[in-house]
Amino acid sequence: MTLPTFTAGEDLRGWIERYERLQLLRVLTCGNVDDGKSTLIGRLLHDTGRIYDDHLKALEADSRVHGTTGGGLDLALVVDGLKAEREQGITIDVAWRYFTTARRAFIIADCPGHEQYTRNMATGASHCQLAISLIDARSGVTTQTRRHATIAAMLGIRHVVAAVNKMDLVDWSETRFREIESEFLAFCSRLGIEHAVALPVSALTGEGVVRRTEVMPWFSGPALLELLERVDLPGPSGADPFRMPVQTVLRPNLDFRGFAGQITSGDVAVGDRVRIMPRGTEARVARLARPDEFGGDLERAQAPESVVICLDREVDCSRGDVIACFGGASDMRVGRRIVADLVWMVDAPLVAGQSLLCRVGTRITPARVVRMIHRLKVDTLAHESAESMVLNDIGRVELECEEPVAFDPYRVSRGTGAIVLIDRLTNATAAAGMIRTGDPTERGAHWDDQALETVSSPVSGVSAAERDARWAQRPCCVLLHGPPNTGKTEAAFALERALWDLGHDAVVLDGQGMRSGLSKDLRFEPGDRSENLRRAAEVARLLMEQGRVVIMSFVAPQDHVRERARALLGPDRCLFVHASDGFEISNIVAQLASRGLIGRRTAP
Amino acid sequence: MARGLTHLDELEAESIHILRETAASFERPVLMYSIGKDSTVLLHLALKAFAPGRLPFPVLHVDTTWKFREMIAFRDATAARLGLDLQVHINRDGLAQGISPITHGSKVHTDVMKTVALRQALTAGRFDAAIGGARRDEEKSRAKERIFSFRDANHRWDPKGQRPELWSLYNSRVHPGESMRVFPLSNWTELDVWLYVWKHRLPVVDLYLARNRPVVERDGALIMVDDDRLPLKAGERIVQRRVRFRTLGCYPLSGAIESDADTLEKVIEEMLLARTSERQGRLIDHDQSGSMEEKKREGYF
Repeated sequence: MTLPTFTAGEDLRGWIERYERLQLLRVLTCGNVDDGKSTLIGRLLHDTGRIYDDHLKALEADSRVHGTTGGGLDLALVVDGLKAEREQGITIDVAWRYFTTARRAFIIADCPGHEQYTRNMATGASHCQLAISLIDARSGVTTQTRRHATIAAMLGIRHVVAAVNKMDLVDWSETRFREIESEFLAFCSRLGIEHAVALPVSALTGEGVVRRTEVMPWFSGPALLELLERVDLPGPSGADPFRMPVQTVLRPNLDFRGFAGQITSGDVAVGDRVRIMPRGTEARVARLARPDEFGGDLERAQAPESVVICLDREVDCSRGDVIACFGGASDMRVGRRIVADLVWMVDAPLVAGQSLLCRVGTRITPARVVRMIHRLKVDTLAHESAESMVLNDIGRVELECEEPVAFDPYRVSRGTGAIVLIDRLTNATAAAGMIRTGDPTERGAHWDDQALETVSSPVSGVSAAERDARWAQRPCCVLLHGPPNTGKTEAAFALERALWDLGHDAVVLDGQGMRSGLSKDLRFEPGDRSENLRRAAEVARLLMEQGRVVIMSFVAPQDHVRERARALLGPDRCLFVHASDGFEISNIVAQLASRGLIGRRTAP
Repeated sequence: MARGLTHLDELEAESIHILRETAASFERPVLMYSIGKDSTVLLHLALKAFAPGRLPFPVLHVDTTWKFREMIAFRDATAARLGLDLQVHINRDGLAQGISPITHGSKVHTDVMKTVALRQALTAGRFDAAIGGARRDEEKSRAKERIFSFRDANHRWDPKGQRPELWSLYNSRVHPGESMRVFPLSNWTELDVWLYVWKHRLPVVDLYLARNRPVVERDGALIMVDDDRLPLKAGERIVQRRVRFRTLGCYPLSGAIESDADTLEKVIEEMLLARTSERQGRLIDHDQSGSMEEKKREGYF
């Protein structure tokens, strides 16, 4: 389709080396009918000199027959491929374009605009890192614009660019552009899109597309292509948890059993401890097998490589299972219940009680729609209660799978957090879904998710007043936090002694102590530290329900994690002291007393 | 892009994932082998996907009987070298009717000897998934093709009835009689294919390299005279030219280009400097407007 950027006489090997190392950006383009999306892409390809001569010739002929530009070159026809849509003058399906500049390689998912094809936009979005939303400068932000931004945000796209097109038809008006820009950016910020930006362009004249605009001197920002070449793409982070859904088991002979799959997140090395999910069976990676004719065994591998893993022991593992890293907060959730945001994609509506097939990773399992939680009103982002969803609706549902499945929240891991629902009779792909959370009572449930409250605590037979009378204390928590080796543990036990001497009843929960037992399975990554504090806070909550003063000593470096603990335990019952404030015992006791959390003991 | 992984590494990983999905989800998959550079890469990836195991499906070549002789020799040598379960299908009815590109033109020939022949072969083999080497960057209507492309019981493609394809969660479910075309190289470009062939030193048919070959000039194209079945029209004469082919098919329908690129590196360099697309030499694409789409609806690959 397009021409690369090689010039005659250039060193070929050097060029190939650079070409191979080009960062790949997958871009989604979406817009209403007639917003000029196809023209914009045609313009990008044409102005970067990337249309082959024979294609250009065909384009000239097509422009005379189907063109909408009075016989002039109609760039939209570069990309409007199917005969049906050329006749109707609309784009009806996601089309994929490939082009390379000196800075980047691009794959463009060109998505249709009208409402009945919104499902195609979700399809495109699932493959992309950046979305360009076309806005006609004359009509401004429409319901479709909001729908596109909403879907992009739901599917985890962090960069959204509004290309405000047809600026030539509004006299290149800055006022008009700024109006649209502010409305668009406000909407994106409500969606939590981190990087949103608006650019004025005219696809028809090429203004602001490949080169910076001259007719809009009031605009100092980049041209669209410039932005696409420069936008920052975070690489995979070392903290991504390892996940490999098993596609198939290779057993060429009795001595070899390898699990084949594509790594969807993180990395893995020979010797790593792994779990086979959902059963949770432990094993170690014995080999990352690859025959010599294909380069020989690997020592380590990372997403998105396709590999063959051999384990150090005989374990039950087959297609549908996930080989995952071993450890604490990065464990996958396991359960039958899933709460997910869906984009509904077929004519037949979704109703509660309905049974579908649910694909998570490589596992396909029958699932029932337990309930509709809400439907999203795209214009206002309001949640409305609803009994059903129809084609192109977006909403949240709770599903119950027939068998336990292993999964992650979508925002943690796309590869194991995305689902597809399939109609059992027609085999149609009925919905795309992004998992939010599972059932809170299931193993691995995490306190970052606002899970459903389904469990109530049992009530003790000893009243708070009776405890107060015996111990002269209100249940409360003192958290001593700060870097390692700042005397937290010593201070905790000194405080316990002081309270004991005053006749109170205190319990110490020490970070190291937790790790020797209750949190033995955790490591020292941020997620694991968070999980360790969560467990401690939950233990503290149980102890406080039974009237105790709980003294906690933890590194607890993250503000938001401490704040969650404070929220769980009750802000008025918490006293947090950082190492830099000094752990002065008498001072802490005085503070507890002044807040009425401990009193003078009246009876021996 | 991930640390240390190149663009080609990513494409390879995706293709292997698709090939494994196909093997795991279908009863009787088959790999369509057309002998060209795309098929060469596809076959290599398929072997790699299941190594150290064997290829879990047969390899099918639909032979129109008008392929270059070098292609057929290369096909048989490749099958022997790699120990493939190679099946060759020829539309015997078409052969009996004497269908040829010379007497019936490219449209009828392609329809009978390729499209109908393919349907025959898929039906006879009861194949429920046919893996092909088509790429989305080849042609406009291919740009909208799915990776798992659904075909009804008559092997027909309905461009409006395609399933949405999200992430890599392919919906490979079909009812008995229905089937899937699977395109693991969807996201590769022509350049990616050549770079992969070059980096991995994959053997390709020599016709891709410039050699002195006997050709006639016909309707602006250079047609190689591969055997004595090509009748010369008035005024045509066979000349030796230094030519090569960007795509390979039936020899009377494949236009050669004049070139000095006699090594893979020179081919890549020449392609990088070319101003025309690879399908330009394919005479069958031009016989009517939107013609690839028409062929695909009928079941052409």
